[in-house]
Amino acid sequence: MPTVTVNGKDVEIGASERLNCIQAAAKVGVEIPAYCWHPALSVVASCRMCLVEVGDKKPDGTVAMQPKLVPGCQTPAKDGTVIISDSPKVKEARKATLEYLLLNHPLDCPTCDQAGECYLQDYSFNYGRGYSRLNEPKNIKPDKTYIGDQITLFTDRCIMCTRCVRFTREVSGSSELQVVSRGSHEEIDIFPGFPVNNPLAGNVVDLCPVGALCSKDFLYQQRVWWLKSTNSVCTGCSTGCSVTVDQNDERVYRLKPRTNEKAQGHFMCDEGRFGWKYTHSDQRLSSPEIRTNGQVTSRDWDQVLSSARAALRKTALAGKTKIAAVLSPWMTVEEAWILASFLKSLSPNAVLAMGPVRIAGKDEHFPKDVKGNVVEPVKFTIRAEKCPNRAGVQAVLSHFTGDVMPFEELLRLSSNGQFGAVYLAGGDPESWISEIQAEAFSKVETVIVQDFLASPVLKHATHVLPSGTFVEREGVVVNHKGLAQLIRRSVRGPDGTRPDSRILWELTERSGLVQVDVVRSEIASGIPALAGLSDPALKADGVLLNVAQAAAAH
Amino acid sequence: MAKFEPVLLARIHKSDSASLKSYQTDGGYSRLKEFLSMAPADVTSIVKDSGLRGRGGAGFPTGLKWTFLPKDHPGPIYLAINADESEPGTFNNRYLMEKDPHQLIEGIILACHSIRSNKAYLYLRYEYGTSYRVLDAAIKECYAAGILGQNIKGTGFNLDIVLHRGAGAYICGEETGLIESLEGKRAWPRIKPPFPAIEGLFRKPTIVNNVETLCCVTQILYRGIEWFKSIGVQPDPGNPRDPGSYGPKLYCVSGHVNKPCCVELPLGVTARELIEEHAGGVWKGRKAKAVVPGGISMGFLSDKELDTKLDFAGPGKVGCLGLGTAAVVVIDDHTSMVDVLYNCCRFMSHESCGQCTPCREGTAWMTKILERIRSGSSRLEDLDLLMEVAGSMGIMPGTTICGLSDGAAWPVKNAISKFRGEFEDYIRGQRTTVTSAQKLMAVH
Repeated sequence: MPTVTVNGKDVEIGASERLNCIQAAAKVGVEIPAYCWHPALSVVASCRMCLVEVGDKKPDGTVAMQPKLVPGCQTPAKDGTVIISDSPKVKEARKATLEYLLLNHPLDCPTCDQAGECYLQDYSFNYGRGYSRLNEPKNIKPDKTYIGDQITLFTDRCIMCTRCVRFTREVSGSSELQVVSRGSHEEIDIFPGFPVNNPLAGNVVDLCPVGALCSKDFLYQQRVWWLKSTNSVCTGCSTGCSVTVDQNDERVYRLKPRTNEKAQGHFMCDEGRFGWKYTHSDQRLSSPEIRTNGQVTSRDWDQVLSSARAALRKTALAGKTKIAAVLSPWMTVEEAWILASFLKSLSPNAVLAMGPVRIAGKDEHFPKDVKGNVVEPVKFTIRAEKCPNRAGVQAVLSHFTGDVMPFEELLRLSSNGQFGAVYLAGGDPESWISEIQAEAFSKVETVIVQDFLASPVLKHATHVLPSGTFVEREGVVVNHKGLAQLIRRSVRGPDGTRPDSRILWELTERSGLVQVDVVRSEIASGIPALAGLSDPALKADGVLLNVAQAAAAH
Repeated sequence: MAKFEPVLLARIHKSDSASLKSYQTDGGYSRLKEFLSMAPADVTSIVKDSGLRGRGGAGFPTGLKWTFLPKDHPGPIYLAINADESEPGTFNNRYLMEKDPHQLIEGIILACHSIRSNKAYLYLRYEYGTSYRVLDAAIKECYAAGILGQNIKGTGFNLDIVLHRGAGAYICGEETGLIESLEGKRAWPRIKPPFPAIEGLFRKPTIVNNVETLCCVTQILYRGIEWFKSIGVQPDPGNPRDPGSYGPKLYCVSGHVNKPCCVELPLGVTARELIEEHAGGVWKGRKAKAVVPGGISMGFLSDKELDTKLDFAGPGKVGCLGLGTAAVVVIDDHTSMVDVLYNCCRFMSHESCGQCTPCREGTAWMTKILERIRSGSSRLEDLDLLMEVAGSMGIMPGTTICGLSDGAAWPVKNAISKFRGEFEDYIRGQRTTVTSAQKLMAVH
């Protein structure tokens, strides 16, 4: 195994790993500060923050150091590479670079959104000088309040790392951003009339190591140290980007992509980034209801749940009509499992169907050139399948029913009057059922709707169960390629709502508090295709399941 | 020593020296066919054995550079000719291009043959309008005479020369900046490795050579290695890494002299000799206070160092960065070094490409400090600060992507260490050389 020495400590790197000095040093926990380098972008080695001493260890054990400092981002770590990042020479260089970067920086941290998660602050604190020796006026460059619908640029805070420019050139392909002017007068700017409005635009805000590029959505909303972050998954499409949900006081303020090579990589799309707003919508269903002949007769959770349970049981026992459930592709695997196994336990011939899988357009691949043609290699994909867990729900369904019944088939059976009780799980923030489709349930005696927004089917509902959005729930979702990841609860839902797993837990009369872990281990031992859910890696970056094959085998 | 007869500039005083006919009359292109039928590797080894070092500034051995090209590369391989002569005080390439373009073109053909390139890009400084017209006419003449284009002189060798005018930036003279600019991009120098010889223009192997270097190639092939090695300075026997400074060199003398000139001399002439014998001495009967040995980024020689030999190694021995472009700028004793240094810094700050932090911010900061010194509101500590800034811009050469940062820091280091007394007097005396009107006009 190739061995690299970092500050006197040896570390082995994989034979096929192509690491630079920053990455190799990170393996032993040594931070080499860098601004312009980003693992998903090309190397420019221009910020000069990552200068280190590098040498080669000869077979006879002697070390030949290069006389000059070299940028760690540009220097590959190979067998025998010796990296020194804590020598006086390196520290001096970092101090100088930071002083340069702060020369024309306005130091307006008290009003800057980035403060608290700013690399300029962190590195200045760790490696900087602490005071500036500039006696002259700073170069003040005017802010550019509009460079995109969602993005604003505080030009004077910029340190010219050009990460944003490279992102628009290399990942989104749209090339809106550029450097204008020269020397200490240079600025990031857009081409006139071409604002940064590509579907991945929001990523430039995350990439910006300082507070230059800011999200208009988040601007001046919160100080970042008030925010509590939860690792979760974006449920906007079947790509299933790993994200962190940042909330304060039960209110979500932003979603940020979380680096996960198994899932999407480093980025996320704007659709997902700003697509959580329905969570705080005032249109949310806010109390459980039993409706009898159009009149609400109860708004008590216990009564509603026991009434729903009784109605399902009665229909199953009577046996004249069937009971049915629609499992939404927005449910977690655990929720789907509880509901499906409950119905099957009530009646072996209970009908289970997959809810509507919303497809919008075609998969959108990036980078795209100016003509809209995809450039290989593809670095990011926004999928047309706008639901997070089709694969997971399908795996549960095929475990119980073999072939998965599509929603339209269930509608047909329902119109034929086959069902006496139907359990409809919603969860799609956009309309998932039309007025005409909802008519299929008009004759059904018991229609239990579990959803968080109103939909046409509510007209026929006998029981309404207000559920939670993805930031209020916990469970596993499986993305397009079978990667199971955990969504985690970050906020409490509005009064009167309950997370789906709790609704189902209590509906099925399980005892005690909801324990999603218990359900997950039931699934792992019950469904071979989902056995991987017992893997502890699920809690970190997810587990790759073979659900596609498992579904095909049925 | 007998008086040196110019070779590169031998023809410039003829009335139509730029024409093909005149060049051929003087024997030009006469042995081109013979050279083109030699094996490319043989041409390379002639150039390598001659000890020719690049005339563009860094003095890298030309033949050695050519051998860095990947062997058996399927091509295309490109030659880029660096005619973006923008180091202040430098005008030797301009002489060669305006007065004897065919010497250059023949050099290009021979170099391209040697590196197996069929396309050469001549990157010409935009401001050189006359050079452009002369070169354009000369290239057209060559195409008409079968010296360029397909099957040159019946040897089966093809070569096209593209004449490209830059848009006026100092940084385009840096070889990878030049390549980026040729590709139509912002002239931001590239990180190395890969070096251009491996991956250069359009991601193909590329050799970048200076105009004067290629003119020397022509002369070496016609006159032989022995001739070339008989001129200039032998390697220092005490320094095994010194390849010597062979051959003639064009020195551009400008500044406070009676007769600014571009003169061809063997490498190793002293600054004093250049000023006294070739430039007619310092003007107005004054004395030289400082001399720039090869473009301002190389630093300064003080009046005590005028006997420094201006070869590739000489200026380095007295604290300068190197010979550079051999553009000698003479500064008389009535001129304030503060003003000189301010001018240098302002130029470098204006021309910094802005890619690397130290250069982008450091050049501007040094300019601001010098502006303050000139406006009379400074303290002695500012000199230490200047030295420290200059020191951290190039802790040692090579800590930034290209050499501009070192080149910007060097004159500051040199001026303050060699003329510290003058700077201190200036600050102590609260002398002000900037009037408010000048301040307003300072282009920034």
